[in-house]
Amino acid sequence: MKIVTCIKQVPDTEAKISLENGKVQWGDSPLVINPFDEYAVEAALQQKDKHGATVVAICIGPDSAREALKHALAMGADEAILISDAALENLDAQGAAQVLAAAIRKIGDADLVIFGRQSIDSGTGLTPAQTARRLGWPLLSLAGSIELNNGRVRVERVIEEGRQIVSAALPAVLSVVQSIGEPRYPSFMGIRRASRATIPTWSLADLGISAPTPLVEQRAMFAPPSREQPCEFIQGETVTEIAEKLVEKILAEKVL
Amino acid sequence: MKTLVYIDHFKGEVQPASWEAIGVARNWGTVQAVILGASGEKLVKQAYEYGADEVFFCDDSSLDDYRADLFASTLGALATAQSPDVILFPTTTRGRELAAILAVDLNSGVLADVTALELEGTLLVATRPIYEGKLFEKVVCRGRPQIATLRPRAFPRPPRDESRNGSAIRIEKQGESAIQVEGYAVSESRVSLTDAGVIVAGGRGVTNNPAMAGADEATIARKGFELIGELASVLGGAVGASRAVVDAGYIPYSHQVGQTGKTVAPDLYIACGISGAIQHISGIRGAKLVVAINKDPEAPIFKVARYGVVGDLFQVVPALTEAFRKRLGK
Amino acid sequence: MDFSLSPEHQMVQKMVREFAQKEVAPVIREYDRKQEPIPWVLQRMGELGLLGISFPVRYGGQGMDYLSLGLACEELEAVDSTLRVVMSVHVGLCGLTLLQWGTEEQKRRFLTPLAKGEKIGCGAFSEPGMGSDVAAMRTTARREGDFYILNGEKMWISLASKADFALVTARTNPEAARPSEGLSTFLVDLHSEGITRGDLHGKMGMRAGSTGWIHFRDVRVPLENRIGEEGEGFKITMSAFDHGRYTVAAGATGVIRAALEASTRYARERVAFGKPIAEHQLIQQKIAAMLTDYEIARLLYWQVGWLKNLGRRCTRETSIAKKFATEAAFRAANEAIQVHGAYGYMDEYDMERHLRNIRATIIYEGSSEIQTLIQAGYALGMRQDKPLRCEPPAYDAEEWTKPA
Repeated sequence: MKIVTCIKQVPDTEAKISLENGKVQWGDSPLVINPFDEYAVEAALQQKDKHGATVVAICIGPDSAREALKHALAMGADEAILISDAALENLDAQGAAQVLAAAIRKIGDADLVIFGRQSIDSGTGLTPAQTARRLGWPLLSLAGSIELNNGRVRVERVIEEGRQIVSAALPAVLSVVQSIGEPRYPSFMGIRRASRATIPTWSLADLGISAPTPLVEQRAMFAPPSREQPCEFIQGETVTEIAEKLVEKILAEKVL
Repeated sequence: MKTLVYIDHFKGEVQPASWEAIGVARNWGTVQAVILGASGEKLVKQAYEYGADEVFFCDDSSLDDYRADLFASTLGALATAQSPDVILFPTTTRGRELAAILAVDLNSGVLADVTALELEGTLLVATRPIYEGKLFEKVVCRGRPQIATLRPRAFPRPPRDESRNGSAIRIEKQGESAIQVEGYAVSESRVSLTDAGVIVAGGRGVTNNPAMAGADEATIARKGFELIGELASVLGGAVGASRAVVDAGYIPYSHQVGQTGKTVAPDLYIACGISGAIQHISGIRGAKLVVAINKDPEAPIFKVARYGVVGDLFQVVPALTEAFRKRLGK
Repeated sequence: MDFSLSPEHQMVQKMVREFAQKEVAPVIREYDRKQEPIPWVLQRMGELGLLGISFPVRYGGQGMDYLSLGLACEELEAVDSTLRVVMSVHVGLCGLTLLQWGTEEQKRRFLTPLAKGEKIGCGAFSEPGMGSDVAAMRTTARREGDFYILNGEKMWISLASKADFALVTARTNPEAARPSEGLSTFLVDLHSEGITRGDLHGKMGMRAGSTGWIHFRDVRVPLENRIGEEGEGFKITMSAFDHGRYTVAAGATGVIRAALEASTRYARERVAFGKPIAEHQLIQQKIAAMLTDYEIARLLYWQVGWLKNLGRRCTRETSIAKKFATEAAFRAANEAIQVHGAYGYMDEYDMERHLRNIRATIIYEGSSEIQTLIQAGYALGMRQDKPLRCEPPAYDAEEWTKPA
């Protein structure tokens, strides 16, 4: 069995993100594997532990993204491939799906493709579904648990209303949520292997595709209004009135 | 301008953000709504009431259970036939992936999880959070139709006009599904603090209720956390606590927020009866909106709160629960 | 010369940091208060390979180098000293000493279960009446056929009540010309008949750790459990201290870092006299001192890690690193409490715990006074490292990672 996990490299969640001359800055915080994607690697490794599998981690990104792939290798992935090409700088979700689908085809014989639910940088959460559609494989998204049996995969999807249990024949594309289980730490053996691994780089030419045309175009970025505002005290005649006013204020903040 | 709105529901239970999408689309012109699955039939009238001009409906039994591929194919066929300028989805688990798949099928882009929209002619200029809300971007879609998913509660719910009505325009389901639905399970609703979008937390104030004079602290605290729990549950959130009440043994350590407890980053943090020791404040640095309820107007928590109520949590919290319940229709 | 960490070292650092911060940090205060070891911690450290980090794979270890061991200790002690103590006694005093002095057979038999984390080892050298003065040891081991009969008591022994094995030095020849030549070292199965052991209570710090005593009464130790030759006990004990002190130095460096990080964070947040205290020069001075100490301590233990990798004796460098780092860590924890003001005095913040913990390290594995004498001895030419029958084994990446 072969499992491909698609990962991304992002600034650490703890990073102070700011804008400088229209460019995103994250200070001296490290770039790390997207936290949700660590769960994807964990999910793949759980299946490897249970059924035996080759786990291949792939990542689109610049040369620095090798570190994210090394993390996957250190956790226990068997192979890693970096997809890197100067033409991929302004990739949108759908472009990423196109590139990933091509890479998955080139890897060949994948039974499962596993994604994290979304990245914490662009945060669109579109790529898993779009990759599935590009491949023409069933999408079992937001899986909280995975079972493989007789060439079928069965997952419990964690949705707003509870859990939906679905199954499909392999090959299939999955995205996973945290209930899959805490990602394992890299093992020392994994660390040794990862630090010595040579990670091949595939260009668009290697994938035999041209650069995807962006369908979503960014016009601007801006920092949210500063939260240094003083506290606004809500007052009213009755506690009900205060509560109702406060609810309106909170809803207007659009945080819910 | 014509907009197609996907009305997201589960066994007839609608995701209210679908109505918000209708509200947005109404400002632009014609609104077509689409409802898939027989259990959604009762929503047809509601869609009209919220402002849809036409409501498409498919009650094919294969759509009784949500399956991404089949739903997307059916929507794709409708979109091709109707050629709307815009397709809107609520940002729900289903809305997000249907938008994604539809974009592939129609070769267009998705403006995902939008919190604000402007219109330039027929071009949508969408504002959406990136880097976990630490920044925002403005994006436009270069494909047609433009597809967007709207963050729940980012747009107002349109007024409901019960006199409006119309008929369900029947459509056929398209394609087959490779996915088999085997059943459902209710989720254990335990929300962990670190993942919680909303946290309602209690501090020393939970032990101070003049109305319960004479009762021991533990009993008062239990009542306090009961009220806090009700508010958290209406908001789908988790219950947090300050060190003081954890140390006093009124709530388990796993609820503690603060430097040696948990660092949390909810969208909304409601501090009830928490004075705001510095370590507590640094533990909630990641919170997007802090609301504080405290008897002491000088409490340091008000320095980091956006909104504050000076009052007794035993009165304010239940009133707030009630007000949210009413306003959110729960 | 290269002062950068390899990607491998960086990954080790990150992995151990995540374990310590995610799993131990949230519960350590509770166990420190209860004065109980975290019940799952040894098993978890075993699962993660920490208990076998720097032993060759063929002996069940993880095949990492000595610097990795130091980096792991720094990360562990940045959360709590008791985690590092496990590394010091299990990996340092016991395991690495076996690796250096054990026969092939002994390494296969005794080191392998320790490296795999299946068994826990410790080092038992101090006694109620002696610590620094190793040659004054009173525990005896009398040869009787194929056995030695041990009698006596060891005290201040970390993991005494938890370990399965202890490396014990005892007097085999009371007649030896010099007392230090009458000692021998044994790997003693602590489940043997005649052994009683227990924990010490009322420690100032290291309260989530186990420190205890072991009493030997006619304990029969098989001949094959003698490590090295008869009379080599003093040298073996000194080797054990070289390994142990390295881990203590690296760990104490972690406390300096913890103090530095907590202080900078707090100083930026806490406002006094109208501005963050970080802008007050007397606070800046404390923070600058912590930063300098951290850099020095780190360079010193890195140097030892490097020397150990080369298989070079480094008693002198280890002694400097140990003395400097432990004293600097005490200073840093103390000053961090000052930076935190009254909060620092509370266990809500970690610094008072670090201060209580680190105080022990200035006493054990050679007090600061002993380290001073060692350094003076080298400086004045009164002390020289003579060749050992078993020199510390160099790290050989290929050799150490060969499968069993």
